[in-house]
Amino acid sequence: MVTSLKEEELHKHVLIPYKPNAKYAYTAGQAQSRYLLGLKEGKILGRKCVKCGKIYVPPKMYCDECFRPTDIWVEVMDEGYVMTAVASFISWTREKISEPELVGVIRLLPSNPRDFVYPGIFHRLCVSYEEVRNMSVIGKRVKAVWRPKEERKASIEDIQCFKVI
Amino acid sequence: MKVNIHLNKRVAVIGAGMTQFRRRILETPQEIAWEASSKALEEAGLELKDIECVVIGSAPDAFDGVNLKGEYLSHGSGGIRKPSSRVFVGGATGVMAAITGWYHVASGMCNTVLVVAEEKMSPARPHPQSVFRYIWDPILEKPLNPNLIWIFAMEMHRYMATYGIKKEEIALVSVKNKRNAANNPYAQLGGNITVDDVLNSEVLVWPVQLLDISPVSDGGAAMVMASEDVARRYSDTPIWVDGVGWTLDNTEWPARDLAYPRYLEFAARMAYKMAGIENPYKELDVIEPYDPFDYKELHHIEGLRIAKRGEAPKLLKEGVFDIDGDIPSSPSGGLLGVGNPIAAAGLMKVISIYWQLKGTAGKMQVKKPVHTGLAQAWGDLMQASTVIIMRN
Repeated sequence: MVTSLKEEELHKHVLIPYKPNAKYAYTAGQAQSRYLLGLKEGKILGRKCVKCGKIYVPPKMYCDECFRPTDIWVEVMDEGYVMTAVASFISWTREKISEPELVGVIRLLPSNPRDFVYPGIFHRLCVSYEEVRNMSVIGKRVKAVWRPKEERKASIEDIQCFKVI
Repeated sequence: MKVNIHLNKRVAVIGAGMTQFRRRILETPQEIAWEASSKALEEAGLELKDIECVVIGSAPDAFDGVNLKGEYLSHGSGGIRKPSSRVFVGGATGVMAAITGWYHVASGMCNTVLVVAEEKMSPARPHPQSVFRYIWDPILEKPLNPNLIWIFAMEMHRYMATYGIKKEEIALVSVKNKRNAANNPYAQLGGNITVDDVLNSEVLVWPVQLLDISPVSDGGAAMVMASEDVARRYSDTPIWVDGVGWTLDNTEWPARDLAYPRYLEFAARMAYKMAGIENPYKELDVIEPYDPFDYKELHHIEGLRIAKRGEAPKLLKEGVFDIDGDIPSSPSGGLLGVGNPIAAAGLMKVISIYWQLKGTAGKMQVKKPVHTGLAQAWGDLMQASTVIIMRN
């Protein structure tokens, strides 16, 4: 019943190409809109729940622990510690790319190394592949490299990358 | 944690069936579901007319390239004119399908349930990876052009950095599972490889290399679950489902520590409490933790509280998880060896434990006598986890 493709069949299978051409207009919502506008001004904004003290970055209008509205806007630093970093040698369609893309997760300050949950950001790192490969970048303190003010578009791309300081 | 263990009926597994796991299987998804389902019915000694409810597990529609896969698969799964439902919690779906079958029976709603999981990953062009693009946050993450492997590479590197674990230690999982898969007649990628083979394979997203990751696969799996009175009538060796657990964590993975799978600990605690297990290391005889990546098996063993945080690699090295070890782990070969048609791979893990406990696992059968087994799956943005505990 189960048949694997034979070598010659791999080369002459019928492909039905289909392009849905679907386009989406996503809404950023209250919290993310303010966050994006903050990025345009060079600020990283979060929302704080005063009941449990949790700071949400990216911000949320509700606290998912307390299940109540978050209370205040807070600005966190554009500095933090690298929690993890990776180097991608494949594109999102799984094609090989020669220059690796270096990305990681940064625990933004103020936060505590013992926190399981913290204000965090996923972004590019301006470091070398070697530093990612030998893990020396993990735990390093980094700071956002902002795009020049006139080029900012209220997008996550307003930060170019995070650089070791 | 409060767990509801007021059950109406005790639930058993009395039959299971699988297709081979392969890339580019020629059969349609419906035919795959039908093949697995009919094998499961045959092993249970039942006919489709004896089945009261059908549960279908399948991950994103986008892989098979058809919409509403529950409805699409219902013919092949024997679900026509029956209470049929589809569950989907990403990679955790396979075990969630079994759990859903369990609560159909445990609640007293049905006496017999056919649980079917199917996935066909190979139709997507140019690669199923591109289908995962829509899993990312459209505004904050997608502009960075991420590939799904990125997040798992990030989790792997965080795990390695936190506990000082080396790639050589993690590669042993791939070596073990592919070796075990050589004994599995359904497996796609069984064979003898070495740690060096893993370390020299193509770098995809450092630290993930080609042999650290499970292959793209197509396949189906099915299982018949029944209430105690039916099970005793049709089977001399019913395998009892004694504990189930499932939880979700938040999707804000950049805002929580990836070194430890908190979502799994909660799911495991629920299942252990239901099964009356206090010390999983001593009380579990065989386990099938979800291993789409080699580090993930170790990560899950820690989340299951079988090893202390960061200590699973040490136990692996000592041979605890080998097929003749104290707690054989992935004796089927796991996803790394058998293949990873997502939902079907999760149900394959449950079926593997069922066959181990029944004593019909053939060449996969672990050396020591086994009475308590656990299967687990995990999915979405490192977020969903499902656990099932069975006894003979």
